[in-house]
Amino acid sequence: MTSELDIFVGNTTLIDEDVYRLWLDGYSVSDAVALRVRSGILEQTGATAAVLQSDTMDHYRTFHMLERLLHAPPKLLHQLIFQIPPSRQALLIERYYAFDEAFVREVLGKKLSKGTKKDLDDISTKTGITLKSCRRQFDNFKRVFKVVEEMRGSLVDNIQQHFLLSDRLARDYAAIVFFANNRFETGKKKLQYLSFGDFAFCAELMIQNWTLGAVDSQVDDMDVDLDKEFLQDLKELKMLVADKDLLDLHKSLVCTALRGKLGVFSEMEANFKNLSRGLVNVAAKLTHNKDVRDLFVDLVEKFVEPCRSDHWPLNDVRLFLNQYSASVHSLDGFRHQALWDRYMGTLRGCLLRLYHD
Amino acid sequence: MPGKLKVKIVAGRHLPVMDRASDLTDAFVEVKFGNTTFKTDVYLKSLNPQWNSEWFKFEVDDEDLQDEPLQITVLDHDTYSANDAIGKVYIDIDPLLYSEAATVISGWFPIYDTIHGIRGEINVVVKVDLFNDLNRFRQSSCGVKFFCTTSIPKCYRAVIIHGFVEELVVNEDPEYQWIDRIRTPRASNEARQRLISLMSGELQRKIGLKVLEMRGNAVVGYLQCFDLEGESGLVVRAIGTACTLDKLSSPAAFLPACNSPSKEMKEIPFNEDPNPNTHSSGPSTPLKNQTYSFSPSKSYSRQSSSSDTDLSLTPKTGMGSGSAGKEGGPFKALLRQQTQSALEQREFPFFTLTAFPPGFLVHVGGVVSARSVKLLDRIHNPAFVGIMGNTRSYKLLDWNSFNSDEPETRDAWWAEIRQEIKSHAKALGCHAVVGYSESTSICEEVCILSASGTAAVLNPRFLQDGTVEGCLEQRLEENLPAGCGFCHIPYDELNMPFPAHLTYCYNCRKQKVPDVLFTTIDLPIDATVIGKGCLIQARLCRLKKKAQAEANATAISNLLPFMEYEVHTQLMNKLKLKGMNALFGLRIQITVGENMLMGLASATGVYLAALPTPGGIQIAGKTPNDGSYEQHISHMQKKINDTIAKNKELYEINPPEVSEEIIGSPIPEPRQRSRLLRSQSESSDEVTELDLSHGKKDAFVLEIDDTDAMEDVHSLLTDVPPPSGFYSCNTEIMPGINNWTSEIQMFTSVRVIRLSSLNLTNQALNKNFNDLCENLLKSLYFKLRSMIPCCLCHVNFTVSLPEDELIQVTVTAVAITFDKNQALQTTKTHVEKSLQRASTDNEELLQFPLELCSDSLPSHPFPPAKAVTVEKASPMGEGNFRNRSAPPCANSTVGVVKMTPLSFIPGAKITKYLGIINMFFIRETTSLREEGGVSGFLHAFIAEVFAMVRAHVAALGGNAVVSYIMKQCVFMENPNKNQAQCLINVSGDAVVFVRESELEVVSTQQPTANCQPSCTGGEVTT
Repeated sequence: MTSELDIFVGNTTLIDEDVYRLWLDGYSVSDAVALRVRSGILEQTGATAAVLQSDTMDHYRTFHMLERLLHAPPKLLHQLIFQIPPSRQALLIERYYAFDEAFVREVLGKKLSKGTKKDLDDISTKTGITLKSCRRQFDNFKRVFKVVEEMRGSLVDNIQQHFLLSDRLARDYAAIVFFANNRFETGKKKLQYLSFGDFAFCAELMIQNWTLGAVDSQVDDMDVDLDKEFLQDLKELKMLVADKDLLDLHKSLVCTALRGKLGVFSEMEANFKNLSRGLVNVAAKLTHNKDVRDLFVDLVEKFVEPCRSDHWPLNDVRLFLNQYSASVHSLDGFRHQALWDRYMGTLRGCLLRLYHD
Repeated sequence: MPGKLKVKIVAGRHLPVMDRASDLTDAFVEVKFGNTTFKTDVYLKSLNPQWNSEWFKFEVDDEDLQDEPLQITVLDHDTYSANDAIGKVYIDIDPLLYSEAATVISGWFPIYDTIHGIRGEINVVVKVDLFNDLNRFRQSSCGVKFFCTTSIPKCYRAVIIHGFVEELVVNEDPEYQWIDRIRTPRASNEARQRLISLMSGELQRKIGLKVLEMRGNAVVGYLQCFDLEGESGLVVRAIGTACTLDKLSSPAAFLPACNSPSKEMKEIPFNEDPNPNTHSSGPSTPLKNQTYSFSPSKSYSRQSSSSDTDLSLTPKTGMGSGSAGKEGGPFKALLRQQTQSALEQREFPFFTLTAFPPGFLVHVGGVVSARSVKLLDRIHNPAFVGIMGNTRSYKLLDWNSFNSDEPETRDAWWAEIRQEIKSHAKALGCHAVVGYSESTSICEEVCILSASGTAAVLNPRFLQDGTVEGCLEQRLEENLPAGCGFCHIPYDELNMPFPAHLTYCYNCRKQKVPDVLFTTIDLPIDATVIGKGCLIQARLCRLKKKAQAEANATAISNLLPFMEYEVHTQLMNKLKLKGMNALFGLRIQITVGENMLMGLASATGVYLAALPTPGGIQIAGKTPNDGSYEQHISHMQKKINDTIAKNKELYEINPPEVSEEIIGSPIPEPRQRSRLLRSQSESSDEVTELDLSHGKKDAFVLEIDDTDAMEDVHSLLTDVPPPSGFYSCNTEIMPGINNWTSEIQMFTSVRVIRLSSLNLTNQALNKNFNDLCENLLKSLYFKLRSMIPCCLCHVNFTVSLPEDELIQVTVTAVAITFDKNQALQTTKTHVEKSLQRASTDNEELLQFPLELCSDSLPSHPFPPAKAVTVEKASPMGEGNFRNRSAPPCANSTVGVVKMTPLSFIPGAKITKYLGIINMFFIRETTSLREEGGVSGFLHAFIAEVFAMVRAHVAALGGNAVVSYIMKQCVFMENPNKNQAQCLINVSGDAVVFVRESELEVVSTQQPTANCQPSCTGGEVTT
């Protein structure tokens, strides 16, 4: 006796959250059954393995049918085939678009192309996430990217509107899209200590301040591309380190203000010029795409690592950066205050977030 | 009444990409009704076209309005080649033809293609203007309302119940026409869909005409089926009950509830002896003597003799005469006279209803059924036709006189069977058959026609006009005890149509009742039931040699009696094992396949307080000298006894001890045991054999004389009870549960198993089939575990044998969560509720309360909360249902449409019936693997069918389908060719319901004055 056909269709589509998670995690039916057995469900319910197998198959089939709709979540809301309560629809969508930290760190900033997709095998091996799940996550990134890349308006809003994600997840996706578009390098060994959250935080600041959308909310790609003009202008900041007088004055302003307030004052004083040069040079280099990509590598190399090797406490870093940014306003010979604020305001936030072990 | 049909095509969405180059579609729409076609403009390059067409107007006869469906085809415009069809929508405009139903059909319909399934949606608005033209010769029956619901619809009142209407139409099946060889599968499928739609419309119109002739205005319990007879054609047939219905203006208006002094009151069946326990009332005749552990042996001897088709209390063979029609008393005579006059003019006094207005059902005789094997092949001249049933004679029909292509042939077949049923009922002293249904099973050229129902005596009051007052008086005189009246035998006890063991009713002590009662109807609202009920199934397979034509028909005819007999035995055994004494909703399905016959009987077992306690089951060994064998037997016996005890606990069956009944030795004397012989079938007339002097009879005896019987005993014990928190029944509601919440889940589950052809013995087959059903149930319980505590209601199993080694089982049911904590409160207020129901349903506003008050005098010996009057959870009786689900979330896009096989929605009130939904779909694929194999294919198709039903209901302005039924699910596959095809036919009533607001039961007062009308309709939230 073999079961040829075995289905269950409810007027309200049954969604089992646990099975959904197993499906999303890319387990095969038999693996999922084994995992469910291990969870002790048989003992709890008195069911048999055959019942579990049939149940799992059924849910997998339903999810498979729903997947097409999940690719365009508004369709899930409007479709007539599956009657699913709104709260369940939201859960389906949110979980489908959720991603693994380990996975996103691997592909963040990479081009979402076929080439990267080929590397998913390696990522799967490295992270222990099933290839199927990797593919789903990668395809999600790519799909969201494709839809919102050339869209007008706020990136987060666009993502929310087209994918019906929660605010938090939409923000994460905005970061992923932003990183993918600007191809920021995040995979270097030096950057391994950074979490996705760190990058997402930086991305949000950069989107708010450094993109076209920050100055004009009526342009295409406004939140995705950096403001080219702004990047060009950043060259002007170079005089802060090129002009020796200006640099000295800046240093003395900062030192005067921070004397007695920093635990690492002497280290700061000794390193001021190096740090300042590092930060300003990063700005000046941003005209080249290649250097834009290396932004985070540069920030870590030029600022985070020197400070860390001198064991700056985070609070000292904060005090320093605040003072460092503010003091520029007192430099009479420097005319690009607004530019400086736009640059440094964001950078300060990013650096503080990046500064940890 | 000609009319003007107006259609507007508004927009489309989610259309498929038809042009690969642009990834877009140039869609336009053809709107066709009858022979007229309109087209919209082509909406270029869009998957979400906005046509916003003008109103397309069709001027048509109302006859066409009833027959024809509106056909909407969405196409992709192609400049150079033929336009590609995207899909179709068929809209039945019948609901627009009667005034009280929908006025407009407007909404999003899935665009359906028989090859690709649903491909996007289309927004359509349909209206009908009817012109009054009364002078014309009527061919149409516009205005007659149709209901699938097998009870009087909730917001109506039955003025007269006229009776049986039936009709059938026959046509050639397009799939078997020569043209099918040259047309595409899509064209063939669409031709079939359209034809069945047309035939359904025609059938409905013809039935409507009959109803008008009878001066009715509605058909209730409308059941339409189609038979795919292959080469010999396509039959669409329907039966129903013609009624005159009145719409209730304000059903929520309650009379002030009477004082119902104690909570035990509900257990007091009206007019019964108030103290039956403490003293024996009435003479202690041998008949009444009965011990707890065993029941009269006559029940057993009836077993052996009832191997013919009729189950339970049906008469013996050849009982067509009026011998059993002797009157039991002056009242019965009177009643019979009255009703007979009302019923006699009818050819078939049949009613497809399964639930009735209070007072309608007077007595129930038992199940009557008839089967007949027919040959569909018209080439073979003399066909052997077995007429199953009491006559047990096989008539030889001359096939030359029949042309199977004509409806007359089929009409004659059914007429024959109905005649049979009628005579069975008569033999039971009944003049009517209720809960009547008909079905067929077809394999190749052999067709089994089956009909079954419950013989009953009815109150004439509903059957004819102008007798209402007279009947009311009569009712008062007759003093029919409400809780047990229907159990009282309608036949003459001294001249019984079959051997049965009778006792005085355990409720009223005045009338005789049988020891078990089988019926096809729902449990009457006022029946007194102890404990809860449960689903009981008998399952059976019998191998059959492959044969042709007559030989095949003969073989089947010969097998049928044995199958019926065994199914009956199984049911009886299982019922006793559950410690119960009555079956409701009995449905026996015999399915014929190439090389086997399958029998599946489902029913809901209950313990009726009026009937005696069932005896246990005794096992008898054949060789008592063998020590180890004896030991084995006693072991089995112990197991059985344990099971019975466990079941009694599980289903809360604690009937009051009836002390005076315990007389005589508890051990049955061996000589009184009769043998249970499965082969014994042709025992003749036993009508007068009943020996009433045999006071003490032993229990139901199973003699283990061979391995076969052993298997049976084992299989009895292998039926696993549902996990705790689950109950199941195949009736509308579960006896003993009435605190339903509004959380419902309707589902369909289909399983197909392939038998390994190696070990095809009857036993192996039985085991496979049994496992299939049991596993299916287990899966359901597991899947629905989040709904615990929950009851599967209206569990409907259908078996088919699509191929040699395939068994297909389809189950549709609804799971309803109930609130455990409210049980006590509910039982308290529950008689009042049924009271109010009764009183609002009819005009007997005074009667019940009066009876009640007079009855509920002193305290009662019965333990409270054990006996519960079953109440149908009607909108009015649900005041204290809790709506546990979250407040209805406003889903802006798609409104929720509930579907249920029940006639009501728990926790809600049906305010409007919008019309009948009757849909037929075909789905075919040539890429079975790509669609996820057979399971993926069928899963998607059933989901699509649900979606299309919901969309039609929503477009009518409804939010639920009640009395939903999947009448057919024919699945064929050819994995080698990567192909599969499935046909599904569903129906139901589209309704509008409103949720009842949560009402707190205010019953804090002293126990003597809980007269709060706890179930007023109250405010309503949508």
